[in-house]
Amino acid sequence: MTTLSRKIKCGIEIHQMLDTQSKLFCSCPTKIRKDPPDFTFLRRLRLARSEIGEIDPAALFEFEKGLQFLYEGYNDSVCLVEMDEEPPHPTNMEALTIALKFALLVNARIIDEIHVMRKIVIDGSNTTGFQRTMLVAVGGSINVKGKEIPIETICLEEDAARKIDERKDQQTVIYRLDRLGIPLIEVATGPVIESPEEAREVAHYIGLLLRSLGKVKRGLGTIRQDLNISVEGGARVEVKGVQYLDLIPLVVENEVKRQVKLLEIRDELVARGLSVTDILFEPVDVSKYFEKTKSKVARSALEKGGVALALKLKGFKGILGKEIQPGRRFGTELADRARYWARVGGIFHSDELPGYGISEEEVKILSEVLSLGENDAFVLVFDEREKALKALEAVYKRVLEAFSGVPEETRAANTDGTTRFMRPRPGKARMYPETDIRPIVISSQLIEKLKGELPEPPEETLKRLKKHYGLSDVLAQQLFSSEYLFFFEELVQETGVQPVIAATLLTNTLKSLRREGVNVEVLEEEHIKKVLKAVAENKLAKEAIPEVLRALAENPESSVEDVIEKLSLRGLTLQELERLVDEIISERKQLIMEKKEKAFSPIMGIVMEKVRGKIDGKIVAEVVRKKITEAISS
Amino acid sequence: MEDSGYSPRVRELLESNSVKVFDLVSVQLKDGINLRGIILPRPSTGERDALVLKLENGYNVGILVDRIKEIRLEEEAHVKQEQILESTRKTLAKAKVHFIGTGGTIASRVDYATGAVYPYFTAEELYSMIPELEEIALIESETIFNIFSEDMTPSQWSQIARKIKQVFEQNAPAGVVVAHGTDTMHYSASAIAFAVQKAPGPIVFTGAQRSSDRPSSDASLNVIGATITAVDAPFAESVIVMHGSVNDDKLLVHRGVRARKMHTSRRDAFISINELPLASVDPYSKKLSLLTKEYKQKSNDLEVYPEFSEKVALVKFYPGMDPSIFEFYRDKGYHGLVIEGTGLGHVNSKLISVLGGLVKDGMVVVMASQCLWGSINMNVYRTGVELLRAGVLPAGNMLPETSYVKLSWVFGQTTEVEEAVKLFKKNIAFETSERNEYKFYPGAWWWQ
Repeated sequence: MTTLSRKIKCGIEIHQMLDTQSKLFCSCPTKIRKDPPDFTFLRRLRLARSEIGEIDPAALFEFEKGLQFLYEGYNDSVCLVEMDEEPPHPTNMEALTIALKFALLVNARIIDEIHVMRKIVIDGSNTTGFQRTMLVAVGGSINVKGKEIPIETICLEEDAARKIDERKDQQTVIYRLDRLGIPLIEVATGPVIESPEEAREVAHYIGLLLRSLGKVKRGLGTIRQDLNISVEGGARVEVKGVQYLDLIPLVVENEVKRQVKLLEIRDELVARGLSVTDILFEPVDVSKYFEKTKSKVARSALEKGGVALALKLKGFKGILGKEIQPGRRFGTELADRARYWARVGGIFHSDELPGYGISEEEVKILSEVLSLGENDAFVLVFDEREKALKALEAVYKRVLEAFSGVPEETRAANTDGTTRFMRPRPGKARMYPETDIRPIVISSQLIEKLKGELPEPPEETLKRLKKHYGLSDVLAQQLFSSEYLFFFEELVQETGVQPVIAATLLTNTLKSLRREGVNVEVLEEEHIKKVLKAVAENKLAKEAIPEVLRALAENPESSVEDVIEKLSLRGLTLQELERLVDEIISERKQLIMEKKEKAFSPIMGIVMEKVRGKIDGKIVAEVVRKKITEAISS
Repeated sequence: MEDSGYSPRVRELLESNSVKVFDLVSVQLKDGINLRGIILPRPSTGERDALVLKLENGYNVGILVDRIKEIRLEEEAHVKQEQILESTRKTLAKAKVHFIGTGGTIASRVDYATGAVYPYFTAEELYSMIPELEEIALIESETIFNIFSEDMTPSQWSQIARKIKQVFEQNAPAGVVVAHGTDTMHYSASAIAFAVQKAPGPIVFTGAQRSSDRPSSDASLNVIGATITAVDAPFAESVIVMHGSVNDDKLLVHRGVRARKMHTSRRDAFISINELPLASVDPYSKKLSLLTKEYKQKSNDLEVYPEFSEKVALVKFYPGMDPSIFEFYRDKGYHGLVIEGTGLGHVNSKLISVLGGLVKDGMVVVMASQCLWGSINMNVYRTGVELLRAGVLPAGNMLPETSYVKLSWVFGQTTEVEEAVKLFKKNIAFETSERNEYKFYPGAWWWQ
């Protein structure tokens, strides 16, 4: 971790979806759906030019894209409120109570009179064009490994619609309204976190506290972590949408690495004697040199009437190909920007050429046409003229930013822990009161009452579980630092499986599967419950758990029963086992007569080969031993 | 400070700390927390003892006076002049459209610093907020009053009618757009249909079901559609232009006398009843497509009869209705009564003799149906026949609200009963028709 020699500063924002009876501002159920929607409708959003022009580059951009939004709804779980066809109903008190309890758990100061606000968001994820949110409490703190972490704000807000698809050619983004309006608690820490591991620990502890309240949703997408990361000399970068805990340290590390590398690039540019004035925005139309190209991208763009535009970057040779995150180069940063601002498929840069079907000959011609010096580089884009031009403009702007190091921006977390450009940093949040909902006064009586209803601290839960279920120190500790402390107890109680088996699954098994590259995040709690139930009912051997989970993760749509059947992992009955052992022994009478009791281990080996994963090894051993004894004595 | 909405205790606290509304302050609470923000005036509801602060993160919070230890002034409010929006106007459009503002939330924008919502209505502001208008029309605008639509009375209808007359005479626009609250828009649009009988261009009412201080408001699209209609429509009628569905795509042009607000909140709340809409408008291609061939042509003459009577009432019949309710109107000197009866045009048979008495006493009593769709026919059942015999006038397939507005207009023109009946029976603005076609009723729309 040499890249971490620079000081880092990180804050976390956690969004936890609540499992309330109904949504925050209407009486629809809080269910995420997979079945096809019942109806759709089309909308646009608008802000006046004068309002966005000066205030918010992100909002301005969404606006200028002229997008339309196709919303998908369900008759029985979306109503006119989510469609923005009816004013919101009064705030869901069940949700507010949960937020208030969390505030009390972290000793935050509850706001006396809570005002619902409208926060402008015009990417279409809210049908209204704003997200309703309320500040519930300020100034709390938690203690993580002896360090006090301030909890600056606790908000209660409505979740946004789910983005389903984007039809770029029709300028249409498709959203589904099932998620819109589900209550979220947003918890924001101060920027005091100093290492990737600490970031994970803080997020984990806040998650534990949230889950200890019950009534919070669990599973993929129900908790989302945003990270604000800056390294000394870098800039504040917000990384959105980290979906599980173990990704957090990786994201922090990769982002720190990126910022450090960008600072190195800045220094390298200075060392090369370059300045912003050396970079000129002079795109050159090089279409005619690609008339006979073998590059598919180039050919298809040109055949559609597009052009090839190239931009010379003086002194940038080697920099475009410099890796700044695993598998992502400085050129990737340029491509991200081009994709976002011009919606092109991508760009090519000279550090990766020849390649991708573009020949050495073609590169040579370009170098001549652009009169490239020994240290110069270029960027190449194939698309409609206007888009190509816009793409190069975005590239040019990003290249200029390289001279000052790290640009402030909002990035999205990739599943491998790297990050990609998402949008410019939004201006100051534009909020104004939600006039359709009355402010809510929180009485001291209510607060006193809630104080008596707080859950036990997670540390207590750990102690209790350890004692009650006889877990080892190591396993209990692993369970505590996983996301599943509370799920564990539910599992054991509902399935009747041995506690150790459940705990091992939730900690070691999931972790090693993830390490092997299995996307365990798609596994639902229901999957895990059914698998353990099968184990508890002797329909599945515990040894087969990893294999079943792996298959389920690969086909999350299939049922646990089907998977067990398909893998022919249906457990053997004792009778079937005995019959099998009888067969094997009778085929190997000779061996047993010769070796007597010592025949156990070869016979056991043969049997296990046939039944592994279908029945507990201990039982197999017992049967084999019994049958050998019988065979010898007969 | 009196109008800040705060209780005397809060006002005292502010005064004793020498701070006032819109100042930036830091507030120290008794539990050690410090909050920094702008003091806002109180919303009209809630705890009047709570000081409302807009924090730097944009959130508003209310803090009880008892919890405040100290308020320190950080920066005095610099009274911000309401900023005049500058237009980017480069319109090449030749057609002139005159906008008349009457109130409602069609035109407003937000000041994010305070959350205050400002109405706007000057032409420059309209162009600035709805740039598409540049390509459609040369706009002039004026606000003649600013009231909720539920506060409108026949006297406002008269004012609007006179203003329209004046505008056509003096400014010669292609059409007039009236911005109006949606609740009673169909009453006003009906009123103008009777008052303005000949005009050189359309009179287009429009409004918003979602307030225009939100990015999802239907206001802009409705205004665009109304302006296109004012410029391009071949008819010279009083119409309503609003969303045709929950989609932001097509707008519908309803005849004022045939339109009704049929939903409390949806943006497609307005529906044409007993006929199809006159036209649809695509606000993106800016094209108006006619759906009928029957309409009032534009005219070089201007014929305006702006008088309405306030002595006309609309009364809904219900099963337990007390007959003496009708006598109240007679005793108050009413000239006319529209009854919203059941089905084909009925009321409890015990009411018939009272109604007969009103007619004998010189009142005009009209029967419309609370079914809304379909025609009155009082020949089918005995109750109907007796009502006819008692002198009750059937409204045909005219809407109850339109019948009421028409009767009010009729008595603005004459107090002679015979003349009034004659005028009421005359089809003036396509408000009634003999034929009820299959497609006019939602049963024909929904399941295709």
